[in-house]
Amino acid sequence: MKQSDLKLDGNAIAGVLGEIFAVEMTVAEGTCAGCGNVAPMGAVDVYVNAPGIVVRCSACTQVLMTIVRGRDRTWLDLSGVRRLELRS
Amino acid sequence: MAFISRGFKGRRSSAADSSRLPPGQYLTTGFPVLSAGPTPHTPLEKWSFSITGEVDQDRTWTWAEFQALPAEDITADIHCVTKWSKLGTRWTGVPVSALLEGVESAADYVTAFSDGGYTTNLPLEDLVGGKAWVAFQYDGQPLDREHGGPARLLVPHLYLWKSAKWVRGLRLTLDDRPGFWESNGYNMYGDPWREQRYWGD
Amino acid sequence: MRELIPETPHVSTLVFEVPEWPGHLAGQHVDVRLTAEDGYQAQRSYSIASPPEDGAVALTVERLEEGEVSPYLVGEVRQGDQLELRGPIGGYFVWQAGSEPQRPVLLIGGGSGVVPLMAMIRHRHAAGAGTPMRLLYSSRSLEDVIYRAELDRLAGGGLAIVHTLTRSRPPGWTGYARRLDREMLAEVAWPVTLGAAIFICGPTSFVETASAGLVELGYPAASIRTERFGATGGTS
Repeated sequence: MKQSDLKLDGNAIAGVLGEIFAVEMTVAEGTCAGCGNVAPMGAVDVYVNAPGIVVRCSACTQVLMTIVRGRDRTWLDLSGVRRLELRS
Repeated sequence: MAFISRGFKGRRSSAADSSRLPPGQYLTTGFPVLSAGPTPHTPLEKWSFSITGEVDQDRTWTWAEFQALPAEDITADIHCVTKWSKLGTRWTGVPVSALLEGVESAADYVTAFSDGGYTTNLPLEDLVGGKAWVAFQYDGQPLDREHGGPARLLVPHLYLWKSAKWVRGLRLTLDDRPGFWESNGYNMYGDPWREQRYWGD
Repeated sequence: MRELIPETPHVSTLVFEVPEWPGHLAGQHVDVRLTAEDGYQAQRSYSIASPPEDGAVALTVERLEEGEVSPYLVGEVRQGDQLELRGPIGGYFVWQAGSEPQRPVLLIGGGSGVVPLMAMIRHRHAAGAGTPMRLLYSSRSLEDVIYRAELDRLAGGGLAIVHTLTRSRPPGWTGYARRLDREMLAEVAWPVTLGAAIFICGPTSFVETASAGLVELGYPAASIRTERFGATGGTS
């Protein structure tokens, strides 16, 4: 298996994000708090083979968000996303 | 009660050694690769390992210096918080005690830090006394990059997220400071036998 | 599951009747969750192969011998069995025949990455849309080409199918016989000035090669939408 194949994109977590945010998230545009890059959530780098989901900016690889699903709680760290624009 | 998928078993070995499995774990075939980001590629000439933080004096080893340290062979059961376990895994590494020899510190805790920014925290006493190594070989071969090579921390008595891949050093701290996963819901300690996966466990 | 359709030696389509299915868009996927008797769970995402015009939900799955889920889906699941599905999911990697009907579409698929693209092709056909559409499809060999006969049949009337076979070719093969590269993209893609919508799906390395190649050729990154599968053949 190629190492690069571990990196997926936001489509891989569309289901998880949809559950958390109650809206379709892959078209939402996120601004990276690190480099300012704006990209739809469908296009960000996603690592799901981990204790939690790690979402990184595809421009600078900084962590945009992490999602950890515990037994009855989900922890969401959005500190890497300066802004999210959701279509209403 | 969850919906059962008729006939589904998953990729797991039989439970022959189930007494060696902590609660909630399953034996796996293979060695799953877990990653929170792109695989770092530090060339050996640029690699170094440091002991820093609340110490009398920082210590650093280059790869050559690190290889000259006394290493031992280790056989251990490893347990990942994502529920897979592997029994009898074989490694070669330098005991963390050897790296801390002669270090004077009032610190009770450690943050292990890696290439790529990953960190994890542990009590200092969980790293000494034959409980932890900086491992550079798996199954007699140099550690694959995807499994944390050239060197990773190995602390088998805790969940495997504490065994930081691509480790570059240990920062000794007075307080227990949450690392990457510990800041996001994972347990500060992580004892698989008490199933300490998340905050509050 | 209503029906199992073998597609190639390693790939089959499972057709499900989903009660109260709300309908879906071409390109969307479902998350499949399997639970063993002892409570162990595994989850994978699979693209929906059937177009929105079909009532049923068809999932085309590549059986990976080392896989945990695919050998169960393609091998154990029988007609009448039920599965837990969540979906439809996705709004980014989606094409609708009704919006921008004149805008040409370029589809690039690697292996089982063709599945969501096939939903788009079937949707175009079922909706009677004349949208100019091209599929560049990379497979290991001719017998690994999924939906081969159907693609042959649907080609024409504005839909062009271009294959490349990377590992072995039948005698007399005159098509592309190598991995996707920039030259191939330049020959197959719509001219940049047409502003085509581009969808790329397959393993991460394939998607990155195709995407980078197109950007180097001058296609705007904003026109390119990608969906990466993991090495497991689906998004897990």
